[in-house]
Amino acid sequence: MNTMMLLEMAAQAMSERAAVQCGDDRWTMAELFSGAGRVASHFRSLGVENAALLDVSSPAVPLSLFGAGWAGLPFVPLNYRLTGDELDALIARITPAVLVTDSDRASQLEGRDGLTLISRKELLEIARGSAEPAEPDWEMDPEEIAILLFTSGTTGVPKAAVLRHKHMVSYILGSVEFMAAEESDAALVSAPPYHVAGMAALLSGIYSGRRMVQLPNFDAASWLGLAHKEAVTNAFVVPTMLARIIDELETGAAIAPASLRSLAYGGGKMPLPVIERAMHHFPETAFTNAYGLTETSSTIAVLGPDEHREAAGSPDAEIRKRLGSAGKPLPGVEVEIRDEAGKPVAIGDRGEIYVRGEQVSGEYKGRGSLLVEGGWFPTNDGGRLDEEGYLFVEGRIDDVIVRGGENLSPGEIEDVLHEHAEVADCAVVPIPDEQWGEGVGVAIVRTRGSEVSAETLQAWVKQHLRSSRVPQHVEFWDELPYNETGKLLRRKVKEALGGA
Amino acid sequence: MAALKAGTRFKSAVCATQVMVIAAPEGDLELSCGGSPLLDVTADAAGGEIDADHKNGTQIGKRYVNEAGDLELLCTKPGEGSLALGGTPLVLKEAKALPSSD
Repeated sequence: MNTMMLLEMAAQAMSERAAVQCGDDRWTMAELFSGAGRVASHFRSLGVENAALLDVSSPAVPLSLFGAGWAGLPFVPLNYRLTGDELDALIARITPAVLVTDSDRASQLEGRDGLTLISRKELLEIARGSAEPAEPDWEMDPEEIAILLFTSGTTGVPKAAVLRHKHMVSYILGSVEFMAAEESDAALVSAPPYHVAGMAALLSGIYSGRRMVQLPNFDAASWLGLAHKEAVTNAFVVPTMLARIIDELETGAAIAPASLRSLAYGGGKMPLPVIERAMHHFPETAFTNAYGLTETSSTIAVLGPDEHREAAGSPDAEIRKRLGSAGKPLPGVEVEIRDEAGKPVAIGDRGEIYVRGEQVSGEYKGRGSLLVEGGWFPTNDGGRLDEEGYLFVEGRIDDVIVRGGENLSPGEIEDVLHEHAEVADCAVVPIPDEQWGEGVGVAIVRTRGSEVSAETLQAWVKQHLRSSRVPQHVEFWDELPYNETGKLLRRKVKEALGGA
Repeated sequence: MAALKAGTRFKSAVCATQVMVIAAPEGDLELSCGGSPLLDVTADAAGGEIDADHKNGTQIGKRYVNEAGDLELLCTKPGEGSLALGGTPLVLKEAKALPSSD
């Protein structure tokens, strides 16, 4: 198994179909295939152990990804927002390596030990060049590493998740039908290459035969403009992107693209009001919530379009709540909720989400596999399953507040606060408490013009949950800190509210 | 013989078909394409005629399963022969409709 096999099949069956474009730079499946072969030859000539990329989206990303797979090197997409010491530390962990980057970076990084630099422009020239592509002789060993992906490190030193060819290929074969896209379909790719969703989008686009339109730097106006211009039919966004797209629509500066049939979202918790507003602004669009982790080769559970409509329109509060769920596991993926001792809990009870399946890696470089008996991966995400098997994700286990021996899930309290009409966003974190060890603190972003008081919101929580869940400390903020892929930086909130 | 590993690849002896194993039951499997036993993907082409009873063709990207559902092959290159297990033709597995998630 090799991710190259996916491109080879696509190039055989859909050779002249548009594969990827960025601005005016367009590549067919056949061009991408032969280009990857030239990149592979070049990578091999360098005597390196990893093929890294420090750049925004462009056709150089799939060319490097497949070129690396062809040459038998792990592909390592690095976060292009990293600078200085953080970047140096990651580079030191992957050398000897070739690094594809923009011209400015290439000149800054010159002279590093073990680092061979190729600018994006040079890489595209190699791929377009007249050199013979490598023989189609890539390894088919499923255990070879396809991608090394550094986790965002919001809680400490980034870990390098090991995604082997078997994991990525299993994910694609399990979730995408070959050549399922119409020739006129187009997917707008705005997830950055260093995010697992960006990698998954490339492989899905190739295997389904859906033209990929890359947006290197996201902003809502550009996203909407490109969606109109390219008659985009499919897209994936993280929650913060969706919120900004809706804000942009609500200013009246743009209208929703009628071509957009399917909009998937994931990568962080989607506040209910945001998805409800999105469904209002895109009445004809099918929404899919995709829940997954880097360590599981992206999506493991989806809430599909029909379930969105059913939940949104239901008079039954339990069914309506499912709009905030991650849906049901993909075929071939199993999910269990377990307690602290690792024993499965009763339906409806909270615990840690465990997952098992061919696409689940659960391995970090240098730390080995975190899989437990039977091949289960403890995700460190808290959650529960309802009677019908819908998965509710309630934040990282590490974020749990331990108040007088009782475990409180921030997600549960945040869900209740989000239902208050004057709460735009919120983050519940532990704060030091002399009596209970930890107490409940919350940073609230009020809706525009709202002056709702702390007392009103405390009473609101008390009305819906046990009194131990009522925040004892409430602060009002203009906005919450998120990283660029929509992940709430909970640690920053915690520090600001006086927690360690 | 242990179960074939997922990812193992074969080619037809008598047409262009290539397949990859997605799932396979334990035991010796008599896999064929076009009426002739499947070969390891690296083997030299054997040549020969396609059996007229096994000439329905294979389609790239489609999955083929046995009746029990424990054998599943993915066609990675199409050809004119058709796949069989122990002489019984494999059937096309219906594509499941999943929402696009990325």
